[in-house]
Amino acid sequence: MAKKIEKQLSLPFKNAFQMSLRSLKIRFGRSVIVTMSILLGIAFLMSVFSTNAFTRALIEKGPETIRVSLQYNQEELHTRSIWLVSLSLLVCVVGIVNAMLMSVTERSREIGTMKCLGALDRFVMELFLLESLAHGLLGSIVGSVIGVLIMSIVFLIQYGGALLSIFPAGALLRYSVISIILGTALAVIGALYPAYVSARMEPAEAMRREV
Amino acid sequence: MPKEAIVRTIGLKKTYMLGKIPLPVLKGIDLEILKGEYISIMGPSGSGKTTLFNMIGGLDKPTEGKVYIDEVDVAQLDAYELAWLRCRKIGYIFQTFNLIPVMTALKNIMLPMIFAGLSTDEAMEKARQLLMTVGLGERIHHKPFELSGGQQQRVAIARALANDPAIILADEPTGNLDLRTGKEIIQLLKQMNREKKVSVITATHDLKMLDVSDRVIWVRDGLVERVEDRANLDIKVGEVEGEEGG
Ligand SMILES: Nc1ncnc2c1ncn2[C@@H]1O[C@H](COP(=O)(O)OP(=O)(O)OP(=O)(O)O)[C@@H](O)[C@H]1O
Ligand SMILES: [Mg+2]
Repeated sequence: MAKKIEKQLSLPFKNAFQMSLRSLKIRFGRSVIVTMSILLGIAFLMSVFSTNAFTRALIEKGPETIRVSLQYNQEELHTRSIWLVSLSLLVCVVGIVNAMLMSVTERSREIGTMKCLGALDRFVMELFLLESLAHGLLGSIVGSVIGVLIMSIVFLIQYGGALLSIFPAGALLRYSVISIILGTALAVIGALYPAYVSARMEPAEAMRREV
Repeated sequence: MPKEAIVRTIGLKKTYMLGKIPLPVLKGIDLEILKGEYISIMGPSGSGKTTLFNMIGGLDKPTEGKVYIDEVDVAQLDAYELAWLRCRKIGYIFQTFNLIPVMTALKNIMLPMIFAGLSTDEAMEKARQLLMTVGLGERIHHKPFELSGGQQQRVAIARALANDPAIILADEPTGNLDLRTGKEIIQLLKQMNREKKVSVITATHDLKMLDVSDRVIWVRDGLVERVEDRANLDIKVGEVEGEEGG
């Protein structure tokens, strides 16, 4: 008997793109806070990675005196760095996922309302994918630059010019790529999961949902 | 020729689960609402008005029973058809306005038209006209938080009308408004009902709504207690308002 009902069109990606861009701009304050949480997590992780890269470079290629003193407690250094990497990973995951969960869950009513107006689940997901991608990329790129910068300064002050000739650019780049991928992935997962939950709910429920 | 029903419910039941304890909220509602009617669903708080509103609007699934919108069984629709129905057939108005906070009045009204596939230009033109119709012509670029409650509700009404729906569903549209603003919103809804021939269904306990309603459906404890026609109402309005007065 379904005579007068048609199927809703899927909107072109362009619409979601424009809308998420506008949302980022208007929610600027909120966007900055979310981006900062990502930035901090990644900067911390990246500073630990950088410390490892510098230490290894010094042990392998550094001046004799430094090499000896570092090799002396290499074992201790090793266990400590495993600890630090695990810890910073944890801080990073919890911090980013928490920030994204909060910022999307508080928009459950908005998602419910959009569905009342005829939004398809896919459109809602695209919207949050784009927003979280922007937050994630920006936060983790800036975060890893800051992490590297800070540790470079610390090591330069401590070991001076000797470091410049053995600067571990390759290792730092590899670590940066890992951190950026990790930060962006965490941001996207952290946003898409709650967006998916709200979008799959009946609109009445999504609009009722309290945070 | 008898008038066509725009909404029909048959044995509509909704039971919420509170943990393991079932809480029956709607206990078998049979309704028929005709095209172009202005209906008020009245009843005490907790009687199930909002729940009924959600079922009629395809915003939640009934536990048992059927909802027909324009003779189409809502339960049979897939996600795309349901989105189409919500987009084109029904305009929703909420007590808390539910405008999208980051969008201006104009963009809020454009949104359902964008979802319906209109071009930005077409949507913008129509949204401007609608804002004029609801008396907010000069508030185009204001965000919701820059508008008063009454103005936000006007934007919501314009948005509900965006795709020329057959039904406007309004849940306590005056619940967050003062007496005078509430009256204005009721008048506006009635005007749209008359001019655009759109059926208006409101869930409310605002007695001001009685004046404009063609029929009033009294709900109590999840059941229809009685249905009254306008003609029978006129006598009672005085009494009820007398009770409230002061
Ligand atoms: N999602 C839900 N989960 C559990 N119980 C619910 C849910 N929604 C509503 N209820 C219960 O159903 C009953 C009816 O609620 P409903 O919101 O439909 O009442 P109402 O008539 O709209 O009241 P009001 O006039 O206060 O808005 C209430 O007892 C409420 O606690
Ligand atoms: Mg209610």
